[in-house]
Amino acid sequence: MTKSELNKTLDPEDIDIVSSSGMDLSEKTRSASFLQADHQVNFYRSLQKGIDILGIEEALDKFPEAGQYYGKSFKELNREYPADTKGGYFIRVKKDQSIKLPIQACLFLKSQGLKQKVHNIIIVEEGARVYLITGCSAAKAANEGYHLGISEFFVHKGGYLNFTMVHSWKEDVTVRPISIAMVSEGATFISNYICLRPVKNITMYPTAVLKEEGSRASFNSLLLSHPGSLQDIGSRVILRAKGTQAEIMARAVSLGGKVVARGHLKAENKDIRAHLECRGLILSEKGTIHAIPEMESDLRDVDMSHEAAIGKINKEEIEYLCSRGFSKEAAQAIIVRGFMDVDTLALPDFLKKEIAGLEEKILSKAF
Amino acid sequence: MLEINNLSVEVQGKTILKEINLSIGKNEIMVVFGPNGSGKTTLIKTIMGFSGYNVRSGEIIFKGDRINDLETEERVKQGIGIMYQHPPKIRGVRLAQIAEFLSKDKAKNKELAERLSLTEHLNRDVNLDFSGGEIKRSELFQVLLQDPDFLLLDEPESGVDLENISLMGSVLNDYLKQREKSALIITHTGYIMDYVKAKRGCVMIDGRFWCAGGPKEMFETIKEKGYIKCTECHDKKRIE
Repeated sequence: MTKSELNKTLDPEDIDIVSSSGMDLSEKTRSASFLQADHQVNFYRSLQKGIDILGIEEALDKFPEAGQYYGKSFKELNREYPADTKGGYFIRVKKDQSIKLPIQACLFLKSQGLKQKVHNIIIVEEGARVYLITGCSAAKAANEGYHLGISEFFVHKGGYLNFTMVHSWKEDVTVRPISIAMVSEGATFISNYICLRPVKNITMYPTAVLKEEGSRASFNSLLLSHPGSLQDIGSRVILRAKGTQAEIMARAVSLGGKVVARGHLKAENKDIRAHLECRGLILSEKGTIHAIPEMESDLRDVDMSHEAAIGKINKEEIEYLCSRGFSKEAAQAIIVRGFMDVDTLALPDFLKKEIAGLEEKILSKAF
Repeated sequence: MLEINNLSVEVQGKTILKEINLSIGKNEIMVVFGPNGSGKTTLIKTIMGFSGYNVRSGEIIFKGDRINDLETEERVKQGIGIMYQHPPKIRGVRLAQIAEFLSKDKAKNKELAERLSLTEHLNRDVNLDFSGGEIKRSELFQVLLQDPDFLLLDEPESGVDLENISLMGSVLNDYLKQREKSALIITHTGYIMDYVKAKRGCVMIDGRFWCAGGPKEMFETIKEKGYIKCTECHDKKRIE
């Protein structure tokens, strides 16, 4: 199944696009890789012991236990999920394995008018630690494309999953990610989501269930909304067990598109702590940002808070920088870059530099 | 260095500065006293060219050129620098980024940051969660890296403890001792005069200058008899 080099699986004109979604095609900084274009799994391999990585259908054939995970998180929440998927990845990090370099996965939309529907399963076994970066992107030819991605995460006792998703779509692509993370005792699930390029419509509301004591989840999003784009992005954490913690953070900049930033924290047990924060900057008169924070609790012993702030760049801040010699344009650019600082994501240092580089490429075109 | 002729300024439809005149030469430090709301900060912000400070008449001449119509950043290029009394907090913009923009001389930046006890603040968002003293030190740090010929200092010592006033005063004095540096300083407490050699002072009340003289003597009189003495004195004259 594997080819000798990841970049040889791609047409030359697609290499930049796939790279812009965080894929290291040299694999030098990655521990394992997966690439699917349209419905075809093109490449997978692990460069390190302790990682299973392969296409979902193949995994269901190869590992009898994989079937037990398929759809499990949806059943636990009494939710249905689309069954007509084809492809997707199965990634498993074995017990007590600490994987230093990130695993990467790419779902690439290549053909015009194609509907890509995938089902992914990610399992972090007891005591394992891993960084996973997934890039989703569309080729120039993939006009009017559609991507539906189901992802089920299982982070077992004491496990740690730091999941970074970079979306790099185009203005006529519609995207529907559906994700559920089940987080066990003392385990941590971190989701970093970055969507800075145009997209027609992206609607998602990933959910993390903190089902056992001492588990933690954090959702962090950086969104840049271009004219004509609709990004309806939510994050939900159900704090089911006592002593659990959650944080949801979103930063959105509208250049003329619409952002709906939803957040939902639901406390179902005592001694929980949770915070939700949304900050938005509207840089165009045509832009819209709608923050909808929700918090729910029937219990007293909870500590839940939220803050939301939306507006244009404060004139005083621009003037302050101008009084230091910045032009108005340079002042606006440095403020927006600061607002979209990757430090607001929960990234390890080595990924921070990478993501900052990707972000800079996009922001330098916008400002 | 700076000359202001018959300047009237309106803010939100209200005339704040009323036909004022002022001249500050090279190597000269002028201290401005005055009660709250008298127009001192309006004067500084008008010189900087901030929006909302509308010049209705008169002119501002800097180094021989009329700067009324220049944008703020152009005035900065001409050599004007400001130390804010209440600067805004800018989330996501680190003090180090501004420092690097103002001066490419890394050694100089590091040395000045150390001298002003700001090394640990360089990687923090500018003014965010800074204490009163830290804000003032950060303001002084930035404006000195900018290396302007003419400094506008709006209450540089307000909210600063005595130890920090001493530190800032000596750093500021070292700077102003350089050739051809000038400053206009607004002060309420007068402490800054213990460190910088200001020879002239004036009092602003209700948008006008009412008195001029030696700053220390003026300040003593104000402390003793209040600003009312300045108006009673009626020594309303052009300050030159």
